[in-house]
Amino acid sequence: MTQIKQLETLLQQGKISRRDFLKRAGALGAAGAAPLSMLGASPAFAAKRGGRLRLGLAGGSTDDTLDPGTITDFFMQVLTHSIRSNVTEIAPDGSLVGDLAESWEGKPGAKEWNFVIRRGVEFHNGKTLTAADVAASLRHHIRPDSTSAMKGPLEQIESLRALSPRLLQVKLKTGNADFPYTLTDYHLGVWPEDESPLQGTGTGPFILGDFEPGVRASVRRNPNYYKEGRPFFDEVAITAIEDASARSNALRAGEVDAINRVEYKTANLMDRLPGINVLSITGTGHYTIPMFADVAPFNDVNVRRALRWAIDREALLKTIINGHGAVGNDLPIARHQPFYNTSLEQRTYDPDKAKFYLKQAGLSSLDVQVSTADAAFSGAVDAAVLYKEHAAKAGINIDVLRESSDGYWSNVWLKKPWVFCFWGGRPTQDQMWTVAYQKGADWNDNHWYNDRFQSLLLQARAEVDEELRREMYWEMQRLHWDEGATIVPLFNNFVSGVSDKIANTGTISGTAEMDGYRATERWWFA
Amino acid sequence: MGLLQLVAKRLGFGLLALFVITVLISLGVEVLPGDLAQSILGQSAAPDTVAALRRELGLDRPLHVRYGEWLFNFLQGDMGTSLANKREISELIGQRLLNTLFLAVAAAVVAVPLALALGVLAALHRETLFDKTISMVTLGFISLPEFLIGYILVALFAVQVNWFPAISNITPDMPLLKQLYASTLPVAALTFVVVAHMMRMTRAAIVNLMQSPFIEMAQLKGVAAARIIVHHALPNALSPIINVIVLNLAYLVVGVVVIEVVFVYPGLGQLMVDSVRVRDLPVVQACVLIFGATYILLNLTADILSIIGNPRLRHPK
Repeated sequence: MTQIKQLETLLQQGKISRRDFLKRAGALGAAGAAPLSMLGASPAFAAKRGGRLRLGLAGGSTDDTLDPGTITDFFMQVLTHSIRSNVTEIAPDGSLVGDLAESWEGKPGAKEWNFVIRRGVEFHNGKTLTAADVAASLRHHIRPDSTSAMKGPLEQIESLRALSPRLLQVKLKTGNADFPYTLTDYHLGVWPEDESPLQGTGTGPFILGDFEPGVRASVRRNPNYYKEGRPFFDEVAITAIEDASARSNALRAGEVDAINRVEYKTANLMDRLPGINVLSITGTGHYTIPMFADVAPFNDVNVRRALRWAIDREALLKTIINGHGAVGNDLPIARHQPFYNTSLEQRTYDPDKAKFYLKQAGLSSLDVQVSTADAAFSGAVDAAVLYKEHAAKAGINIDVLRESSDGYWSNVWLKKPWVFCFWGGRPTQDQMWTVAYQKGADWNDNHWYNDRFQSLLLQARAEVDEELRREMYWEMQRLHWDEGATIVPLFNNFVSGVSDKIANTGTISGTAEMDGYRATERWWFA
Repeated sequence: MGLLQLVAKRLGFGLLALFVITVLISLGVEVLPGDLAQSILGQSAAPDTVAALRRELGLDRPLHVRYGEWLFNFLQGDMGTSLANKREISELIGQRLLNTLFLAVAAAVVAVPLALALGVLAALHRETLFDKTISMVTLGFISLPEFLIGYILVALFAVQVNWFPAISNITPDMPLLKQLYASTLPVAALTFVVVAHMMRMTRAAIVNLMQSPFIEMAQLKGVAAARIIVHHALPNALSPIINVIVLNLAYLVVGVVVIEVVFVYPGLGQLMVDSVRVRDLPVVQACVLIFGATYILLNLTADILSIIGNPRLRHPK
């Protein structure tokens, strides 16, 4: 109910489109009859079983392996979620639910967590899942010679113990109220402790058939999947298609049923084609323009404020991503995420305010240089040039420095004082603020070290009382909105092209592309 | 010098060239920024994770040691395993090489006779509307980037009328006819790309010869024009034509990565590009050796065929 209310509010305030509302609210339709009747028909659905889903996906490479620790891109993210289960899962509506864990409990201080593993879950080879399998799979990432990308994020784990076949105890070095969220990460699928992950055995909705890295993979329905009635497809065939035009051609010619990463510039054209629906879902991914708050002129908070008021976000939304996204409010947190501060005023394009803050900084005009390249995000160079035009009206002269895309992340980002950047976002506030805004973080690209903000971040992490956490996160967001050094002009959508033969629950996850990597489990043939 | 001696000598030089290529490739991949460990783990990796992976992959040893080990194994017929996905390279490359050769052969079977026929016809009817039309059309196609030809073919024949598949994702267990059907559009695209070159060379070589005294003689005897070209001019023009054909055959094997990407064709080019991107040296070496050997062997074949086709070279004074 509360979610429908939130969506309703967003809709009324014009913060989400009617279309978005329908997509998000669909599944909650039965609960929220009022808004749906207001908008028209309710998408009644009944999932059907059967059929062979064919996906054409960008993000596959010949060096892909089934080792979850080294997964980096979408092809393997979808494949691993098809064959393996995690301990916890982010439901399409954004809430945290158990996957292999039936329930969990954090001790006060959030340093000790106990996960109760579901009864009678079977691996594809018939072995029954135990807490020891889960512990072994997590240990794969934190052993001393681990080559896993999760080694850093899981460093917080002090000990992992299977107290009984169904009880997993995790002790952390410092309290983390969001630890169960960490376990939803796509690297953290579970496999049998006596097998190598390269064998591809899991407890997931599908059983691995053949897999040729960078080319194709196929999976077939797991008849013993623990989720009642799921999955719906009998088989799924995934083809790696790197080229965006080849992907959309394959979809148009009916050779695949769904594709990811439809280009923003062609998404609207594709949506008009008969037989194809475009799913444009706001996730947590966002474009940023971080400045070093300890380097002149950005060390003056009024200069930072002036620069934030001098960018026309609406214009960027229209021209850079063709409307497939939402304007940002200088927060790296998406509106649908937990503890989003809804009381903050939306920053707009206001050259007068920008001039005012320049004056506050004792300046009549400002000359600054920003570094950009299309490596930051597709269209970053155009965005910088547009920003230059916007800011000129406020007496700010931005010198757009076009950097080489090759090596942008190693030579420009984190090195130059003001750059264009892209963040995929994180499911929780703690993860997002920790990775890029905490003092001393490897990826802190803004050097904004507000004492109050930094201490709130640590407090909120270990706080288990939801209301207190909300207050802390709201205050942190207000601080960042008011004084922070990162401009967040846009949130960009995940855009997928899907045949109209495919149905979904109406609530599509914004956690990641294609229903939070789980389209193979959540969708069906209508 | 006899033909056999020549072949032996050329093969020797070819092997030397391949050896030099492997050294250059090793150095080249080493010079590229970053290494396999970094590219597998991505930007987010902690330094000790990268170091651990480097140790596991043996990348912490100096280049000459790794190269020596690779060469030693290779000379014993062991291509090694891919560092990136731990698969046997022979297994990784095998099917893709077959796919690449399949596409190249299918395209050659269409393109070479077509080019020869068009070339002969153009020479026969030179300076007519027919000649000019063929020249314009083929030169037009050669001027278009190959991905554009690919997209146009897909837009017309896969999306508009749905005669052929838009992606040619062939698998080993497909029957041959189905593989051919799935490869129709990439074969067509490649044909458009290579026909012009071969056809122009055929035409030019024949037209050149038409000024020669022995052709004049034949004409004065009253031999029909078509017969003059096919029986008198063509055999003498074979040498340059064979060279161009072979050059294009080599291109069909080694240069089709763009077509592979557009049609999602699982060939060797994509494997090599991916391997260079992640700096997977053993796989790059294997691909380069195959491509290098293809060039060397095809060029050798061209020379042998030229000699066989040319009595003056066959019986040098």
